[in-house]
Amino acid sequence: MSVFNSKIPEGPLAQKWTNYKDHQKLVNPSNKRKLDVIIVGTGLAGASAAASLGEMGFNVKNFTIQDSPRRAHSIAAQGGINAAKNYPNDGDSVYRLFYDTIKGGDYRAREANVHRLAEVSNAIIDQCVAQGVPFAREYGGLLDNRSFGGAQVSRTFYARGQTGQQLLLGAYQALMRQVNAGSVKMYTRNELVEIVIVDGKARGIITRDLVTGKLERHFGHAVVLATGGYGNTFFLSTNAMGSNGSAAVKAFHKGAMFANPCMAQIHPTCIPVHGEFQSKLTLMSESLRNDGRIWVPAKKEDAEAIRAGKLKPTEIGEEDRDYYLERRYPAFGNLVPRDVASRAAKERCDAGYGVGTGLAVYLDFKSSIDRLGKDVIEGRYGNLFQMYEKIVDDNPYETPMMIYPAIHYTMGGIWVDYELQTNIPGLFAAGEANFSDHGANRLGASALMQGLADGYFVLPYTIQNYLADDIRMPRMTTEEKEFVEAEKAVKDRFEKLLSIQGNRSVDSIHKELGLVMWDFVGMGRNAEGLKKAIKRIAEIKKEFWTNVRIPGNKEGMNVELEKASRLADFIEIGALMARDALDREESCGGHFREEYQTGEGEALRQDDKFAYVSCWEYKGEDAEPALHKEELVYEFVEMLQRNYK
Amino acid sequence: MEKTINLTLKVWRQNGPKEKGRFETYQVSNISTDSSFLEMMDILNEQLVNDNQEPIAFDHDCREGICGMCSLYINGRPHGPDGEITTCQLHMRKFKDGETITIEPWRAAAFPIIKDLIVDRTAFDKIIGAGGYVSVNTGGVPDANAIPIARPAAEEAMDAASCIGCGACVAACKNSSAMLFVSAKVSQLALLPQGKVEAKRRAKAMVSKMDELGFGGCTNTGACEVECPKSISIAHISRLNREYLKSRLSE
Ligand SMILES: Cc1cc2nc3c(=O)[nH]c(=O)nc-3n(C[C@H](O)[C@H](O)[C@H](O)COP(=O)(O)OP(=O)(O)OC[C@H]3O[C@@H](n4cnc5c(N)ncnc54)[C@H](O)[C@@H]3O)c2cc1C
Ligand code: SF4
Ligand code: FES
Repeated sequence: MSVFNSKIPEGPLAQKWTNYKDHQKLVNPSNKRKLDVIIVGTGLAGASAAASLGEMGFNVKNFTIQDSPRRAHSIAAQGGINAAKNYPNDGDSVYRLFYDTIKGGDYRAREANVHRLAEVSNAIIDQCVAQGVPFAREYGGLLDNRSFGGAQVSRTFYARGQTGQQLLLGAYQALMRQVNAGSVKMYTRNELVEIVIVDGKARGIITRDLVTGKLERHFGHAVVLATGGYGNTFFLSTNAMGSNGSAAVKAFHKGAMFANPCMAQIHPTCIPVHGEFQSKLTLMSESLRNDGRIWVPAKKEDAEAIRAGKLKPTEIGEEDRDYYLERRYPAFGNLVPRDVASRAAKERCDAGYGVGTGLAVYLDFKSSIDRLGKDVIEGRYGNLFQMYEKIVDDNPYETPMMIYPAIHYTMGGIWVDYELQTNIPGLFAAGEANFSDHGANRLGASALMQGLADGYFVLPYTIQNYLADDIRMPRMTTEEKEFVEAEKAVKDRFEKLLSIQGNRSVDSIHKELGLVMWDFVGMGRNAEGLKKAIKRIAEIKKEFWTNVRIPGNKEGMNVELEKASRLADFIEIGALMARDALDREESCGGHFREEYQTGEGEALRQDDKFAYVSCWEYKGEDAEPALHKEELVYEFVEMLQRNYK
Repeated sequence: MEKTINLTLKVWRQNGPKEKGRFETYQVSNISTDSSFLEMMDILNEQLVNDNQEPIAFDHDCREGICGMCSLYINGRPHGPDGEITTCQLHMRKFKDGETITIEPWRAAAFPIIKDLIVDRTAFDKIIGAGGYVSVNTGGVPDANAIPIARPAAEEAMDAASCIGCGACVAACKNSSAMLFVSAKVSQLALLPQGKVEAKRRAKAMVSKMDELGFGGCTNTGACEVECPKSISIAHISRLNREYLKSRLSE
């Protein structure tokens, strides 16, 4: 059955990708010009794919909701990007990067995909340097590396605390070069609002021009969704305000499988929530855990005094501090993977040792400053410290930072096979939008790697394999009935939204959804809570569709209408996340079911029952989605209990 | 420490690119000084929606000072009264209770207003498209460590590369010149061996595109550097001028 054919190539693990490339079909140069490829998204995945396919000679149309491709959410990534270069000579290799990623993902990713990711990782660094990305360097002029959570080697390349910015600017510049050359046509402030399927294949999209409000039809021989993750389902997250899951929902409605929706990552080091008016959460890069030590007071009365403002953290002596990660995980210490660090913080705060509002722990740089000097710390994290100070009004050189976990990344997403193709022929998904490489938990600095791997080095091959069969297919006119009908459906939906004219703002409903998600589908989940969440989300859905208020009309720019349309989709994703979390009766990576834990509170997988990718199929507006399972067969790695002690 | 303040806001409203704009006055109360400027705008917008009025359109996305999307001209200063930050990083503790705050869009001929406080900055993309890159295709490049780069050069390139493309430099400049933005990219790439090869061509192409798009000339007032949220130095403008001169001399 096509849904589960993940199309893993034959051969030993390390040969699969080479075998694939050796045997895939190619498109000759004169035919490339006749083929249109739609790429939605200009983040690392979208921009790198659009630039590369443009360079190869395809006719590319690239879309973004922001005013410029350079503003995609990837720009905000701070810490770094992994590669198996082994420049520091500390024993790294492609296999080790592969293994760490599989293990970090708690054995819920596909071996072949992850191995390919590790294989192409080195070429990414070469490419970025050639583009002029100013990575950090040592005095000898060679590239510098640092370590990140979940790894015992230093394999992370970085550009101060602005790695995502520099990588995206590199890809963006390559993209603008193609726009200038005419091989890529750029559509900014343009939102995909529907996918057009003709004879079972993806053949185009409907977009809404966010300035004029006009709906437009676009034909493509293939469509790539590189639209990022759906973390904003939680309202408060580290994602940019515009990050959304709508493209994934459109694909889902057209029959694409939504895979592992419950796999969401909670990042341990974010600035804690401090008020109801809060619009987003700010991440403090995980790289800080290289030099910062995490602690809470060892005595409850100290924690209480701190919360009451009667005691300062700097007044607590070493012996009265509980460096709980170092205590519980001596081998990895402060560098345990994100899910482990997040749950440990929650555990301490739930037990009454939290600081600040009670939902915060300290991240302390004092011993590093004493050891290395303030200059070194400033050189490494200066911009992060400045960012922290501007937000919190505290100086982290003098007093420890306060941090708490927040929703950060979604490992789940659109189901794709080895070629990054969904189960709808001609519809591809790349970057955070797909589910492919991180299993149940993503390691730090691996999302940037995956986005660029997909866009520079995977899609340009695999999409050709698909398009090679399409060279005789002439461009379709967008007057075909499938396009007309798709546009009509979108128009009706927007009119329906505007006609509700209820009493509640979009944000107020989104905040309500966010609280339900955080309480029941967040860091700790259980059957009872998840059932409650499903019920509550259904109520929120009803409230939205009967009581939302959207001022203005569909012509011209209407920000509330944009937000409402995205919220309608977040509500659907929220329900899907809860349903998937309920189905998965095990704890793995970021998915922690309280019923399944070891005596020491560690996640307990149930490999005999849940070593599968859950693939949800849309069954219609009021029907429950159907669950299909892609079994995960491990041929090369043994599934072990993760151990970071 | 958190407290709350009440404010009067004079906000530029304009329905579309060709329509006439005007200032509207609004009141907001009980704004926590720990909230950000844009959160204050969210509160105002929530208030407007509840009164069945259209909320104020403004650009923003990351809300952490890196995407370059936010762009308000606050009390006569791009990105407001605090130094080295963007509007989204500005916090209400920088304002006093009872204060009147004037909020306008970037004003520059090359950045036409789209709606309210939103302007069109695609001109910046066009300038980058004209030459703000190293001309390499994907694949077939040397090993990343094949060419060592002296750390000071790499660091200076990184300083220049920090530009977020927000356009505050243009908004701050009485000539609406984009020289700081252009020079940051020219300088970053000229400092690196990978970009040096086409440095002259790049400078010339980007500058002529900038002129063509209606940005003004640079008269060295230095206003851009003062308002730049990423502290891009006008020393880069000197480097750009040198590269530009070289390109003219070699013609
Ligand atoms: C604060 C922060 C820090 C991070 N730091 C790191 C790090 O140090 N290392 C690391 O590896 N990862 C990091 N990550 C994760 C990483 O940044 C993201 O996973 C990655 O950048 C996603 O890239 P992308 O190309 O898939 O999507 P995005 O960059 O999110 O791009 C999505 C694109 O799709 C467009 N789009 C979305 N919906 C539509 C639509 N309906 N129509 C048209 N266009 C649409 C958007 O305009 C945008 O261009 C971080 C994430 C955050 C939030
Ligand atoms: S130079 Fe500074 S002010 Fe100008 S666009 Fe870049 S970051 Fe903004
Ligand atoms: S919103 Fe991104 S820089 Fe301000």
